[in-house]
Amino acid sequence: MIDIPSTIRISLRALRVNKMRSALTMLGIVIGVGAVIAMLAVGDGARAQIADQISSMGSNLIMVIPGATTAGGVRMGAGSQATLSMGDAEAIARECPAVAFVAPTHGGVAQAVHESRNWSTGVTGTTGDMIAVRDWQLASGRPITPEDVRAAAKVCLLGQTVVENLFGGIDPLGKIIRIKNIPFTVIGTLEAKGQSPMGQDQDDTIMVPVTTAQKKLFGTAFPGMVRMIIVKGKSAEELPDAERQIAELLRQRHRIGPKQEDDFTVRNLTQAMQAAEQSTKVMTMLLGAIASVSLLVGGIGIMNIMLVSVTERTREIGIRMAVGAKTWDIRLQFMIEALTLSLIGGVTGIVLGISGSYAISAIAGWPANVSALSVALSFCFSGFVGIFFGFYPAWKASLLDPIEALRYE
Amino acid sequence: MPLVEVSGVTKVYRLGDIDVNALAGVSLVIEHGEFIAIMGPSGSGKSTFMNMLGCLDRPTSGSYLLDGVDVGRLSRDELAEIRNRKTGFVFQGFNLLPRTSALENVELPMVYAGAPTAERRGRAIGALRKVGLEGRENHHPNQLSGGQQQRVAVARAIVNEAPVIFADEPTGNLDTKTSAEIMELFARLNRESGITVILVTHEPDIAAYADRVIRFRDGVIASDERRERVS
Repeated sequence: MIDIPSTIRISLRALRVNKMRSALTMLGIVIGVGAVIAMLAVGDGARAQIADQISSMGSNLIMVIPGATTAGGVRMGAGSQATLSMGDAEAIARECPAVAFVAPTHGGVAQAVHESRNWSTGVTGTTGDMIAVRDWQLASGRPITPEDVRAAAKVCLLGQTVVENLFGGIDPLGKIIRIKNIPFTVIGTLEAKGQSPMGQDQDDTIMVPVTTAQKKLFGTAFPGMVRMIIVKGKSAEELPDAERQIAELLRQRHRIGPKQEDDFTVRNLTQAMQAAEQSTKVMTMLLGAIASVSLLVGGIGIMNIMLVSVTERTREIGIRMAVGAKTWDIRLQFMIEALTLSLIGGVTGIVLGISGSYAISAIAGWPANVSALSVALSFCFSGFVGIFFGFYPAWKASLLDPIEALRYE
Repeated sequence: MPLVEVSGVTKVYRLGDIDVNALAGVSLVIEHGEFIAIMGPSGSGKSTFMNMLGCLDRPTSGSYLLDGVDVGRLSRDELAEIRNRKTGFVFQGFNLLPRTSALENVELPMVYAGAPTAERRGRAIGALRKVGLEGRENHHPNQLSGGQQQRVAVARAIVNEAPVIFADEPTGNLDTKTSAEIMELFARLNRESGITVILVTHEPDIAAYADRVIRFRDGVIASDERRERVS
């Protein structure tokens, strides 16, 4: 007959008696559990941030870039050929049913000047649809209109980083900036978007009508040439359809025979980003696994202390046996002690892990998501550690010979 | 039925390659209510015999019936149960749990007997009163004198109403005056409650409290004499 409540009381008393030692033993578990929770939280936060960035790029994106040129057997790499035109972009918009928006782009890097300030930035020639394609918003002013494109108007939209660097605190709307010494009127500003998944500052950009970029800023190999066409699919499900439709249309338009290689490349950006997200997930698991090693070390610490405790309390065990404690009374007493150590450590570790996660996100600016699952998991794991590492010392204690134990000094 | 019935008991220890015959054929009968002193030089086997009587150890051969139960055949846990219900122990070094109050030390056997909390408390207070330690329930062993600690041990031995107390040199760590007080306590428990007391000692004036003195020599009983008590 085993009296569990009394056994629990006996165990708790033994832990209270050795407060300092109990606390230090728990520390191993506290750190282990805390590390697991913090690592998973930080990892999950990073994953969430990447997911955020993916959606900030604009969802369901497809990039169409020109193919590789081959000059005397030397292949120049994707995009080196000038094969895409405004006509291609218009045809995609017109003829591919799975496509929602199309934005042809043509641009480069140029120095922008306003009064005494200047700033080198990417200038993208595009159409008004670019805003819709990238899920962007205007912070002020108006978008690029078809009129602007038709007239190759010298107007521009500024990203927030450019606004800051060229204007400081002044409202740029209606002001004139010079790009490659050509005056452009600022018709609007873009809302801040932050970093892209590749770490680029998406706000460090100027948008101008695509025709203006072609004719006045960067020139073209042939009239109407564009560097890239960005396409937004109607939905994630229809993206593969959109990819196929675009490829078919372009092969037809570029008169590419069945045996010939494409002179363009169609890339599904979202897929690439999802792969990045996946790899972050793997990293999170890895971090969690490393952290759980420290939990294991904490468990070994518990076993160590319990073994010391059994040796130190040999006489106590002898007394208990002499007055009638059975094998399982002794075994349970020490197991409950180990379990109590690990569970109290676990709860403390959870508190520490959660507050640590928030501290990390506050100090380092990393996002941290504490998941209920990681909390539940590490609590259970710490309980398991207590039982697992408590068993051997408890088993050892229960097998002591009462006479030897009573004689132990 | 006699309390203790030992016949032809031997105990052999292995020390390295040598067998040590701690008990070499002991037979003995003890009735309920006796007050027995076991004496003998060290190494005579008296402690081994005592441990066996107290069910802390099992004989190598021979039979030992405690209250009619053949203890030699019992498992570890069954022995623990017998110790819990039928015996009380008092040791030379008191053997109280440190950092644990007198009351809780006395409650300990009842914890393992599975008695409910309220009953435990009541009986422990009663046992402490019986040994004259009223008002010291919450003192820890290190706050008590040697004599008081030994009284707590006696209270622990009687709290489960065991029919027999085994005392292994109970006065070995006490001064003469306190020794006398503890022996008076044993005598009173024997006289008033009919508890059998079996103690090991090598002091003749302690043995004088008993009404039967058994002397051991070389693992066998050398003499077994009954006499009138001093007190």
